[in-house]
Amino acid sequence: MSNPLGLWRRWWARRQQRYAPYLFISPFYILFFAFGLFPIGFSLVLSFHSWRAVGGLETMRWIGLENYRFLLTDPWFWQSLGNTLVLLVISGLPQHLIALPLAFLLNRRLPPRLRHLYSASYFFPYITSTVAISLVFGTIFGLHYGILNQLLEYLASAPWSRWLFGWLEGYLPINWLGKAVYIKPAIAIVVLWHWFGWNTILYLAGLQTIPREVFEAAKVDGANVWHEFWHISLPLLRPIIFFAVTMTIIGNMQLFDEPFILTGGTGGPGRAGMTVAIYLYRTAFEWTQMGVAAAMSWLLFVSIGVLSLLNYLLLGRAALARRGEE
Amino acid sequence: MRRRPLPGRLLMYLLLSLVAVVTVFPFYWMFILATQAPAEIFRTPPHLWFGRSGAENYHALIRALPTFWRNMWNSIYVAIMATLTTLFFCSLGGYAFAMYDFKYKNQLFALMIATMMIPPLLGIVPYYIMMSWLGWIDKPRALYVPSMASAFGIFLLRQYIAAAVPRELLDAARIDGCSEFRIYWNIVLPLIRPGLATLGIVTFVGSWNNFLGALVVLRSREAYTLPVALRSLQGLYTTDWGAIMLGTALSILPILVVFLFASRRIIAAFAAGAGLKQ
Repeated sequence: MSNPLGLWRRWWARRQQRYAPYLFISPFYILFFAFGLFPIGFSLVLSFHSWRAVGGLETMRWIGLENYRFLLTDPWFWQSLGNTLVLLVISGLPQHLIALPLAFLLNRRLPPRLRHLYSASYFFPYITSTVAISLVFGTIFGLHYGILNQLLEYLASAPWSRWLFGWLEGYLPINWLGKAVYIKPAIAIVVLWHWFGWNTILYLAGLQTIPREVFEAAKVDGANVWHEFWHISLPLLRPIIFFAVTMTIIGNMQLFDEPFILTGGTGGPGRAGMTVAIYLYRTAFEWTQMGVAAAMSWLLFVSIGVLSLLNYLLLGRAALARRGEE
Repeated sequence: MRRRPLPGRLLMYLLLSLVAVVTVFPFYWMFILATQAPAEIFRTPPHLWFGRSGAENYHALIRALPTFWRNMWNSIYVAIMATLTTLFFCSLGGYAFAMYDFKYKNQLFALMIATMMIPPLLGIVPYYIMMSWLGWIDKPRALYVPSMASAFGIFLLRQYIAAAVPRELLDAARIDGCSEFRIYWNIVLPLIRPGLATLGIVTFVGSWNNFLGALVVLRSREAYTLPVALRSLQGLYTTDWGAIMLGTALSILPILVVFLFASRRIIAAFAAGAGLKQ
């Protein structure tokens, strides 16, 4: 008799090619089941319960749709959803309106080193921690000594810039983080500053796939810069614009770090900077209303889905159909 | 090719430079404040050059946050563990999806891609509850274990392996009696180093900057990573901005230094990551 270990080895050598791939991909499915699927199911179950977390699972009490009913009639929830949507628009839209022309300019005839220097400086904020940059902006937005207000005060009074900035005088110094009306613009500035470079890099990468001959042929036909941007670059970039806008929607609907730091974790005066993510965090971890927080995360999920669908209908369908034609 | 007229070019450079200055200025300002004494920070007109109070600010930082270096180490440890485990599990999974034909492969792959659509906030409440059941509150592993076989990473490396590794090479190794795992370890891994670097950069930066996850599961000061530690300074010493800015600067410095030396590679890594997600 041959030894059982040898038999096992030979059997395994034959079998392993068949079973190895399942073994190799299993970590993803095990981890996804444990840390992805289970939490989602759990949060769905939780959203139909009242639970304070401190008491252990047996204190969970079934209350049906009560959490959803509460949230849908809760002014704070609607306010936070409204804040999130406003921030999505006022920080998201400028990102793309700045990134598109910027990428277009960077794609023109520039010395390669200079092009890289520009894109690297635009990109760097994207890889720095949102907490760090929000703290830095916290000092920039300071009421009396913040550099932004000092700059605006200078611009509003200096002879050469008065004609453009003079109207600001009545509003200065702006209480960026202390007054409800200014909080959203302040947050939007930070988010815009953090993200526009990322979108610029995406659009630049997209533009670089357009053959130079396309632009040169257009030039021969008498196209000017504006034509190149509006009639060549933009249409060809549509699939990337769709992708980038989708990313902005998904990211900004879950906006947490910047408003959390800038408002000291509260949402600011009048809760004007309280996003859904912040309200969710406070509901779960300050007020330990785990059921309400779980229901809120589902309502947020649904609103992200609705917005993504709208984006698909507005931008994506045409963009992807165009790609299919080519 | 006709060059564009000079005023147009000048305007373009002016515009590009202006945006660059606005982008870089907050970092510059952070380093300025980090070296100014508390009294000098609140001054009109503001200082626009470095001060000499870096050392004082450092002492103030350590007084306010005695665990600063401990927190720095936590961030480094979590980021390194996240990167190593992600590289291992994602390359293994990517290798299987790229190089093997097996039953239900397409369905399993589609399922994995679909999981990328789930917004992370959906699971944040159960994430905290599970971590406390497991006793992982305040443990670094709470931050890197759940995401160490990420769908994104497997997808990224699957694309890379499919393009970079010739199948004939694997068949030849099999004939020589190589086990499947040894083929992966000795043949595939060395061939996909650039792909690993791409995923490694994205993972390291993501872990280094992770705030919400760390805020939820790290409860004691000793266990904080840098973002949570810096945030904890905010309420305590609101007036001592020099110290807070110094801590912030020190937390950005490692990323900044690496970026100065490898900006091309880092930008390419993130662009590749996004391009493949499309």
